[in-house]
Amino acid sequence: MITVESLRYAYPNGNEVLHGVNLNIGDGEFVAIMGENGAGKTTLVKTFNGLLKPIDGKVLIDDVETRKTSVAALARSVGLVFQNPDHQLFCETVRDEVAYSLRNFGYPPDVIERRVRGILETLDLMPYVDSSPFMLSGGERKRVALASVLVWNPKHIVLDEPTIGQDYQQKDRLRNVIVQLNTQQKTVVVVTHDVEFIAECRPRVILLSGGRIIADGKAEEILTDKALTERASLIRPQISLLFSSVANLPRDVIDVFSAKAVINSAVRRRT
Amino acid sequence: MPIIDIKDLSFSYAGTARPSLSNVNLEVKKGEFVIVTGPSGCGKTTLCRCLNGLVPNFYAGELTGEVLVCGLDARRQPTSVLSHHVGFVFQNPENQLFSLTVERDVAFGPENLGLSRDETRRRVEWALEVTGIGGLRDRAPYELSGGQQQRVALASVLAMEPEIMVLDEPTSFLDPRSSQEILGVVAKLNKDLGITVVLVEHRLDLATRHCSRIVVLDKGTVVLDGPPKDVYGRQAHLIGIGVPKVTLLFHLLKQDGVEIEKIPVTVEEAEAELREILKH
Repeated sequence: MITVESLRYAYPNGNEVLHGVNLNIGDGEFVAIMGENGAGKTTLVKTFNGLLKPIDGKVLIDDVETRKTSVAALARSVGLVFQNPDHQLFCETVRDEVAYSLRNFGYPPDVIERRVRGILETLDLMPYVDSSPFMLSGGERKRVALASVLVWNPKHIVLDEPTIGQDYQQKDRLRNVIVQLNTQQKTVVVVTHDVEFIAECRPRVILLSGGRIIADGKAEEILTDKALTERASLIRPQISLLFSSVANLPRDVIDVFSAKAVINSAVRRRT
Repeated sequence: MPIIDIKDLSFSYAGTARPSLSNVNLEVKKGEFVIVTGPSGCGKTTLCRCLNGLVPNFYAGELTGEVLVCGLDARRQPTSVLSHHVGFVFQNPENQLFSLTVERDVAFGPENLGLSRDETRRRVEWALEVTGIGGLRDRAPYELSGGQQQRVALASVLAMEPEIMVLDEPTSFLDPRSSQEILGVVAKLNKDLGITVVLVEHRLDLATRHCSRIVVLDKGTVVLDGPPKDVYGRQAHLIGIGVPKVTLLFHLLKQDGVEIEKIPVTVEEAEAELREILKH
């Protein structure tokens, strides 16, 4: 469980980015944090693993306050995948990169080999196991960064802009991985601008704007709200734009497959 | 003569077994707005790097075939010469901004071309104006928002007055509204000034309306090439292209037997088509 109480955070230059955030994320939940550039999304998730400590208020991970424990201890339960993979990749091969944490935690070699292989297969990275991460494309490096965190099996997983550079199939794969993690009662928090990805996944959405939470609810409520999305510099999903402009269609449809079902039944009624 | 003329281009980065590009053929005419897309790792970025000579001059490897850009052989010309003709905007604006003020960043290119003070000043003013950031000239790039930074990156490239702009996923780090604005600026430069645009993009929902042509790469070769309505078919979806959601929706409806006159590629087209379907 991630609990955030009256959290304020300011960078050392005095720039206050979060102005009193309250939030509860339960085990096994899938939550998207969305909002404009500079809203404080990345800052917020960096408080979850203690990289940033509140100047006021508190953040608790499974009832332990982040100010009272170390990042190293928190990292075992909170896995954070950075927006820019180059901030976390440094090994010579993909295998070493993904095995790095497990070696540090002192796992036996056969367990490491099995786990590394498993996660690389899940993320479609086996062909690159002996490549240098730096020879891979941007999207592939992003997946290596994700693999290197998922491999140690943290209980809470935070992904900062995971869909950047990913094609449609990779996004589908990512969605399946998230669903799978949820069924294992793991928390998944995604920071993203990718409205269309969220429209397909339909998680709980938290809208952050100017360092404050301005909305918290179902994706189909928030992403169809014109005023709210505009305030957070988002654009409603294409399906929502389409359905809100044509008369007599439900307003809470945001994904392609629900849209298809609605239109099909409308067409059938007419014939 | 095409402004970009690529013949049988293959390239493998040094130390890799798998070629990043194999037998690419591509002609782009002056004034076109081309989107290059394709699955993760298909060679999009490598193709861009060939256009301004970063491949093979900066990124070493084995290159065969021909790359002509503005009539110049991009394999042999140094990047410093090609930079007069080809402007490059990266995914992350932080990778190309470094000065203490926006104005200085935009002036850097013209100054290094050895232009006079007056000409540099004229170009800086012009570039700031067309990208709409005149008001930010004295600000430090690092304290701007992502969208503003990307505009500065655009302006700093424009000040070199390139004939071609190559943009490698310029909106990835931006929120949707800033993305829409940046793509709008690029489209305006294309339309008003006739600058040829090569835009690498995964998120096609916002970009499609501006382009005249889409080139799809898969495993290092061109597999589809044409206007969006022809390219956004079943094959594109199968290799992982994120075709706009409204386009996907109408493909699926058609599969289900709903009569569809024209598969839409923008929300506006989809609205018209949907009204038509529901009228019957």
